[in-house]
Amino acid sequence: MATGMTPKIKLTDVVKRFGEKCVLDGVNLSVEPGESVAIIGGSGTGKSVTLKCILALLIPDSGSIEIDGQEIVGARSSEIARIRAKFGMLFQGGALFDSMPVWRNVTFGLTQGRMREPARMRHIAEENLERVGLGRDILNLRPNELSGGMQKRVALARAIAPRPEIIFFDEPTTGLDPIRADMINDLITSLVKDLGVTALTITHDMSSARKIADRVAMLYNGRIIWHGPRDRLYDSGNPYVDQFVQGRADGPIR
Amino acid sequence: MIKAIPAFPLLAFAAIGRLVVGLLAMVGRVTKFALTTIVRAVTPPYYPARLFAQIMEIGWFSLPVVGLTAIFTGSALAQQIYTGGSRFNASSTVPAIVVFGMVRELGPVLVGLMVAGRVASAMAAELGTMRVTEQLDALATLRTDSYRYLIAPRLVAAVLALPVMVLIANSIGIMGGYLLSIYKLGFNPASYLATTRQFLEWDDIRMAVVKAAVFGFIIALMGCYNGLHTRGGAAGVGKATTDAVVSSFVLILFSDLVITIVAFG
Ligand SMILES: Nc1ncnc2c1ncn2[C@@H]1O[C@H](COP(=O)(O)OP(=O)(O)OP(=O)(O)O)[C@@H](O)[C@H]1O
Ligand SMILES: [Mg+2]
Repeated sequence: MATGMTPKIKLTDVVKRFGEKCVLDGVNLSVEPGESVAIIGGSGTGKSVTLKCILALLIPDSGSIEIDGQEIVGARSSEIARIRAKFGMLFQGGALFDSMPVWRNVTFGLTQGRMREPARMRHIAEENLERVGLGRDILNLRPNELSGGMQKRVALARAIAPRPEIIFFDEPTTGLDPIRADMINDLITSLVKDLGVTALTITHDMSSARKIADRVAMLYNGRIIWHGPRDRLYDSGNPYVDQFVQGRADGPIR
Repeated sequence: MIKAIPAFPLLAFAAIGRLVVGLLAMVGRVTKFALTTIVRAVTPPYYPARLFAQIMEIGWFSLPVVGLTAIFTGSALAQQIYTGGSRFNASSTVPAIVVFGMVRELGPVLVGLMVAGRVASAMAAELGTMRVTEQLDALATLRTDSYRYLIAPRLVAAVLALPVMVLIANSIGIMGGYLLSIYKLGFNPASYLATTRQFLEWDDIRMAVVKAAVFGFIIALMGCYNGLHTRGGAAGVGKATTDAVVSSFVLILFSDLVITIVAFG
């Protein structure tokens, strides 16, 4: 990890509770500019919640989250709106707008839902759909007319269309066939390598994590219990990580 | 020796206290929501296309149901007054009470309730679904303020559309009374119209418009508030929809009473 640089994203002791349940219990994580980090961890450990806290969609109970050195916990809503402009987000469930066709979904980050320059927008939609392996034949379809995997890829196209500096991918390859999944891995890799995007990816797919991430962090019991370069994922020396990446039922994680 | 306080009244007090505190907290949250929406509605960016779409949705597409309600009510009103009031001077009471009844009370309230049933529920269901499927979160990450993009157009559209619809409903209701009186009860058309005109007052029309605007505000506010604050999946959306309709019904009838008392009391 380079030092002396301001991290792109820096979480310090982030705590998030829902009622009695403490989901994040002091998360510390920092992501450098142009770095690709994968977060792994069991289902329900708070990976999606972590991303939503960074996007200020959820407000942490305590702790600090800095984007380019700028604190967002407790920031004004106008400030948050400005910082959010740096982000693209692929939601776990896609979260496509079901009231509009695919092409307006994909270009929503550029038009903010307005009907401006439809010809150019359709063209941009087509370009971005192509990058996720979808053709122009779906431009006019509604999200509910697409398969689950297609919806996910349309959502991915929507997240990358405004060319954000930082992109969050919440399980980008879940529900895709192996070939499409690898295509998405390549896409994420090229966004990071060629466009200098900073990426934070949640994944349950270890081969995908090893392919797209420079560094892997594991979330367990509300904390990042291990992080290290991707090559160390299989010899981390951490019994929790070992159990997780090998997918064993017996071990310290019950 | 201190006498033990009986448990039951204490529990009852506690329950009432919780209810009142809960209600006040709710009023506070809804008020904050309304103020936020108003502030965002008057500051850019604006979404005129969204506003137009909502006016069509709330106003235009509600016209059939509103028109039918008005014509049935106006005619029934004429028949009722004729039957009940024939001992008095029916030829003047029927047109007068049809005008009073429609313009002052039935027009605004019926339009309010019909539109609440149609629109508040639809708003809550749509926004609630967007909430539980994370579309509202997605909107925020795509640099769009959901208050300006979703809520403000609905609120402004409802406040603009309802008065127009009430005016239309009043006209149709009066016409319904007129038709029934002429063709069934044998009134003289010219004198019926003359009496109608005589009892139709600007103040009443103005009050109908004010009531309608208030009802429109209530409908959109309850629809949007309940939709935006939906929790849980499909069941949560169902609950939000029910809450939106019930709360707008109650608030419409309550504010109708308040406005009427303030205007005539
Ligand atoms: N809005 C919410 N209200 C209450 N609890 C929530 C909310 N969002 C998440 N949670 C809880 O927080 C915990 C973590 O949820 P999260 O969605 O972050 O899991 P995850 O790590 O992304 O899991 P998965 O891999 O299955 O997607 C879960 O137990 C969930 O019940
Ligand atoms: Mg998740």
